[in-house]
Amino acid sequence: MRYLVSVIDDKSNPGSTDRQPAISAFNERLIAEGYWVFAGGLADTDAATVIDNRGEQAVFSDGPFVESKEYLAGVWVWEAPDLDVALKLAAEASKVCDRKLEVRPFL
Amino acid sequence: MSDVEEAITRAHHDEWARVVASLTRRFGDLDIAEEAAAEAFATAVERWPADGVPPNPGAWLTTTANRKAIDRIRRENKRDDKHREARMTYDVPIEPVGAIDDDRLRLLFTCCHPALAVEARVALTLRMVGGLTVPEIARAFLVQGTTMERRITRAKAKIKAARIPYRMPSADDLPARVSGVLAVLFLVYNEGYLASGPDTDPVRHDLTTEAIRLTRLIRALLPQDGEVAGLLALMLLTEARRTARISVNGELVALDEQDRGAWDVELIAEGHRLVRERLAAAAAGVAPGRYQILAAINAVHTSARDIRDTDWSQVLALYDQLVRLDPSPIIALNRAIAVAELDGPEVALAIVDRLTEALAGYHAYHATRADLLRRLGQSRQARAAYDRAIELAGNTGETAYLTRRRDQLR
Repeated sequence: MRYLVSVIDDKSNPGSTDRQPAISAFNERLIAEGYWVFAGGLADTDAATVIDNRGEQAVFSDGPFVESKEYLAGVWVWEAPDLDVALKLAAEASKVCDRKLEVRPFL
Repeated sequence: MSDVEEAITRAHHDEWARVVASLTRRFGDLDIAEEAAAEAFATAVERWPADGVPPNPGAWLTTTANRKAIDRIRRENKRDDKHREARMTYDVPIEPVGAIDDDRLRLLFTCCHPALAVEARVALTLRMVGGLTVPEIARAFLVQGTTMERRITRAKAKIKAARIPYRMPSADDLPARVSGVLAVLFLVYNEGYLASGPDTDPVRHDLTTEAIRLTRLIRALLPQDGEVAGLLALMLLTEARRTARISVNGELVALDEQDRGAWDVELIAEGHRLVRERLAAAAAGVAPGRYQILAAINAVHTSARDIRDTDWSQVLALYDQLVRLDPSPIIALNRAIAVAELDGPEVALAIVDRLTEALAGYHAYHATRADLLRRLGQSRQARAAYDRAIELAGNTGETAYLTRRRDQLR
């Protein structure tokens, strides 16, 4: 089962910025234990562009699709046998990256 | 009730959870298990009056339900071949059967999974383990049948989509997960014991009875767990007072005014046995959890011939122990009631007044304050506190009691 793990940060109360070494070490472990599929941090939402080409012509707009205090700061994709395993890893990951996480299964 | 009807009711009580649990294990799908179990019981209602009650009702129900489940899967297979592969190849590896390994326990742990919303855990547990119908559960929690149906359907869908596992938690997760199950059962009990809603009976016996039945089940499955024993004892000792606790007019009767002769001696004896068992464990060095301490407090009350005979210093010592475990303002409030009996209402009021900020929206805070102020002869302030308590109380018996107390003020 694949799970998308979203890292949620809060603009008014951001998590600490010195987590990278701990995150890298955690990723090494995910790889060694066979859970790791993908991981990536995201640039600030200011760098986002929304594209809508459902109409006659593509419309580009600057900024994220929804402005909010909380935003997606990065993602993991994990392969885990069930939600209990994913939640256990997520509990550790939240500590490691000092941010809230959302765990959501792929279809 | 005829013998057959009685046999069906008994089978429903004894076998529902077992049937749902074993089907869930076999087919890996709560939906199929629930539907097939319901169909099997419907078939029993149809057939047993004519054919007679089978010698082993549980085995009959399981076999019938299995057949119903396979029928359903076959029907669906005709529609969707891919589905069939998914369903038929779902093969749960059989894990070694340990002392506490029971399909019903897995079912309980799945229904009370922390990834589900609390109200979904309660509803799912009553449906899947308790065997209550969706309309019954909806009535119990004063929501529309369709709302409850959606809540249960959504929870089952999440279990499936997110793959919430159907298995015993690992040893290091077990205490937290058991305490999650107990919290759900305690919630069911409390909703029955202090039913909310303006047109609701003050006590919902269907809920208190069901909570006790399910707690007995988990006690049978986890006989070594101290908190399970504690919660069961707490429920039994509370339940023992249920008829004395509500007057014929539906008014709540406070502990000091209850007819202790109306208490259920059998439930008290059973509760006391459990408390003694836990006291022995505590003496051997096992630290008691909150349910065990709450049960012990109730054991002190149910041991007293009347309110003056109550060993309040023992009650206070237990509350002190509880505060160390759980420093919540509600525990502090209940502790203050024992302080009032030992050191007088003035000392207790000082403690209660310190809780204002945390408990201003809680009816029992104002009711406790009102009672202390009344005892101190401060009628005007007592009246205001009763007014606020009445405003906030959701239980009809409690509202009636508080109103009478307020109107008796001079």
